[in-house]
Amino acid sequence: MSNYELMVIFTPVLSEEEFKAAQKKYADYITEHGGSITHSNPWGLKSLAYPVQKKTTGIYWVLEYSAPSSFNEKFKVQMLRDEHIMRHMITVLDKYAVEYNAKKRSGVPTGTEKAVI
Amino acid sequence: MAKANEIKYLTAIKQEKPKKKFCRFKKYRIKYIDYKDVEFLKKFINEQGKILPRRLTGNSLKYQRKVSDAIKKARQMALLPFVTDLLK
Repeated sequence: MSNYELMVIFTPVLSEEEFKAAQKKYADYITEHGGSITHSNPWGLKSLAYPVQKKTTGIYWVLEYSAPSSFNEKFKVQMLRDEHIMRHMITVLDKYAVEYNAKKRSGVPTGTEKAVI
Repeated sequence: MAKANEIKYLTAIKQEKPKKKFCRFKKYRIKYIDYKDVEFLKKFINEQGKILPRRLTGNSLKYQRKVSDAIKKARQMALLPFVTDLLK
């Protein structure tokens, strides 16, 4: 088991209900396969830095979860098959990343503010 | 040949040394660089969206690598542009 972070860009044509349903679908898929969800953060509609699939906006969703290492390959296939997903990315979180995310969630300063020159 | 102490300059030479650069990640003990924090990452790219070299930012190699990884991830997820003009 290790910690991962998933970021998905859904197509902007998705309605609010469809977006919620898609979130639930993938969250359930993780729990079914022996993973657990730490935190789910839907960013919502956001403009993209460059057009993706001829669209200038996308619905972002960030999910933190922990799962067995063999799980991610199956999960990626599921996401590639989904037409509503424009892009996805899974990042492995080390212990510092987990700490950072926990701090950010609870609103405690993460230390990066000081580094601003 | 004039001796070193006898040489006179028309304009005074600058005596103070240029400020030493430092790695802000080491100084402030930042261990993880978040690819989602776009405003922070923008400090390490120029107006065309290119990654600034270590020569200019003063980052240590370990953290420069992490910064560049974070920027590349942000670019893939369309949080930062690959190429642009007049960023910031």
